[in-house]
Amino acid sequence: MAETAQMAESGPMEISDEVAIQIDKMNKWFGTFHVLRDIDLTVYRGERIVICGPSGSGKSTLIRCINALEEHQAGRIEVDGTLLSSDLKNIDKIRSEVGMVFQHFNLFPHLTILENCTLAPIWVRKTPKREAEETAMHFLEKVKIPDQANKYPGQLSGGQQQRVAIARSLCMRPRIMLFDEPTSALDPEMIKEVLDTMIELAQEGMTMLCVTHEMGFAQAVANRVIFMDQGQIVEQNEPKAFFNNPQNERTKLFLSQILGH
Amino acid sequence: MSDTHAQSVAFVRETAIPAAPPPSRERGPIKWMRDNLFSTWLNALLTLAAIYLVYQLAVFALPWILNGLWTTSSLSECRDILQGETGACFAVLTERWNQLLFGFKYPSAFYWRPGLAFILLFIAAAPVLFFDLPRKMLLFTGLYPFLAYWLIWGGPLLAPLTALIGVVAGYLVYARFVKDNFAKGLAAGVVAAVVVWIAGGYLTELLAPNRPILPAVQSRDMGGFMLNLILGTVCVSLSLPIGICLALGRQSNMPIIRIICVVFIEFIRGVPLITLLFVANVVLAYFLPPGTNFDLIIRVIIMITAFASAYIAEVIRGGLAALPKGQYEAGDSLGLDYPQAMRLIILPQALKISIPGIVNVAVGLFKDTTLVSVISMFDLVGMIRGPVLASTEWNGVYWELFSFAALLFFVVCYGISQYSQWLERRLATDHR
Ligand SMILES: Nc1ncnc2c1ncn2[C@@H]1O[C@H](COP(=O)(O)OP(=O)(O)OP(=O)(O)O)[C@@H](O)[C@H]1O
Ligand SMILES: [Mg+2]
Repeated sequence: MAETAQMAESGPMEISDEVAIQIDKMNKWFGTFHVLRDIDLTVYRGERIVICGPSGSGKSTLIRCINALEEHQAGRIEVDGTLLSSDLKNIDKIRSEVGMVFQHFNLFPHLTILENCTLAPIWVRKTPKREAEETAMHFLEKVKIPDQANKYPGQLSGGQQQRVAIARSLCMRPRIMLFDEPTSALDPEMIKEVLDTMIELAQEGMTMLCVTHEMGFAQAVANRVIFMDQGQIVEQNEPKAFFNNPQNERTKLFLSQILGH
Repeated sequence: MSDTHAQSVAFVRETAIPAAPPPSRERGPIKWMRDNLFSTWLNALLTLAAIYLVYQLAVFALPWILNGLWTTSSLSECRDILQGETGACFAVLTERWNQLLFGFKYPSAFYWRPGLAFILLFIAAAPVLFFDLPRKMLLFTGLYPFLAYWLIWGGPLLAPLTALIGVVAGYLVYARFVKDNFAKGLAAGVVAAVVVWIAGGYLTELLAPNRPILPAVQSRDMGGFMLNLILGTVCVSLSLPIGICLALGRQSNMPIIRIICVVFIEFIRGVPLITLLFVANVVLAYFLPPGTNFDLIIRVIIMITAFASAYIAEVIRGGLAALPKGQYEAGDSLGLDYPQAMRLIILPQALKISIPGIVNVAVGLFKDTTLVSVISMFDLVGMIRGPVLASTEWNGVYWELFSFAALLFFVVCYGISQYSQWLERRLATDHR
């Protein structure tokens, strides 16, 4: 609770000059296929960045590189001041600071919702079980499903599962959250409940990188929209300018397709 | 407007229909029989055929069992009493009961020792099999192997104690070093355990009392169903963890480990178990330094365990492959390291999927323990084929003896199978 108050003090939607993620000339290949090309990106603490682009443009790969789910072959990535290298200690440190939410939730089906949320705090952070459970309940309340705590993921709807996945990440008290198309496996009526959770998170000042095609969400909370195509960052701008006045031809085409109908 | 049938299209329910019981034709045993036994002509025909078959079997077997004699002292006596009527000669079971269970060389004064070990086995296995039981019971499970060894084999108490202390020392050293590095912890632990065992081995020889509390029984004196149970229990409980390690090793991204595991699994699976047993019996002795007296039972245990763990590894590999990649990624993204992710996320799910396959291997392994009779060990089948059938009194009592063996194995295997089905239901959380 104290932490929410403190966040409110720093003011919603505040962006500091402190760098959260620094990516320089990052390149990645899958075999001989050049997926990411010369990616340069600086994310400041408190920023909410939406990444969009056509299928296969490398959006997922980019954010998966940030927590080393994919290995990059050239360039440097620095997360929270820690350089991402093949050093396992650094990787584990970064992963425990960076939360990730997947398209298909990836909850652990053999554990209850509560156990899903307490697993990493107990084993990675060595939090005592009681404390971990309290934290978990706090975040489950935040995503508005405390009453499901003792059910198994298979008993929940997609939207509820995705909110549990968000709560599970938050239980590690991450400083950065990555979202990879968190709503694209959901039915329309469930999309809203997940987006609401994400908007709330954004208002509390969480640094967020979000791959999504929900342009309404981008307009509402993003302070920067990045458009990727063929493994490159083609255009990035503030949402207003990005949507109303796209510069690049490919961006224009993409936007007309996605907003057009 | 009036010709659009508006009143028959638009509809609003005003009273709810109360729930009613189904009509009586749709309930009870009659319905069940009609649905399941006589639903079609073909089905009815098959039902009648099956009933006839069961009747014939009963007519054949029941008099044989009910007329059975339990108290004669030889087959010829049975025949005299039966005078050509059908009837079993179960007397062979009562007369040779101890031999069938313990073998013909185990000293009869000590039958209580394996008996006690057998009863304690249930207490030791309970917390592993039923994980709702208090976790403290696992302490006894940990002590049980050493206790059971001491009870069955006897000899100086220091021997199993040394083994136990070695394991504990190894674990403590492992726990101390594993924080730096898993490989280092494992190596240090193994070294510590081996040091304790060697030192303890000398001590045991030095201090061996002339008359130990439990007099020693040699391995070659073990026999009967006891031998099957010893081999089955030890090999199943060893081959499961080894199989898990092999399955994980086969997936490892360290090439050396992967190659070792693949070669081991493929080689062992490609060789008949009976060949391995002959190797254990004869060939292994050539590789050992002369003079070492490497227990035959241990050699057999090594071979059966190797065989079963290769199969279990493949079963578990199937379970691992069935897990979506997202489970690994979710574990990684939360910062769990490899052993944690395996232990907490991957293995519980993969093992659950693999239960039917693992049980298959376990049941097969248990029955395969009878193969040791071909390398002249007198397990249950070895006892029947050897000492019992060869004796002048019981020469020719095949049906009774082999039915008894079948029954014993069936009871154990059916128990395992029932347990595994309970376990699967207990672990079902995915609500598919
Ligand atoms: N493990 C892999 N091995 C080989 N190629 C891959 C792998 N993962 C992704 N790719 C390829 O890399 C490219 C970028 O994939 P990525 O998943 O990052 O796209 P994306 O922008 O997230 O697309 P989508 O919107 O469909 O999710 C695609 O062409 C894909 O086929
Ligand atoms: Mg993607």
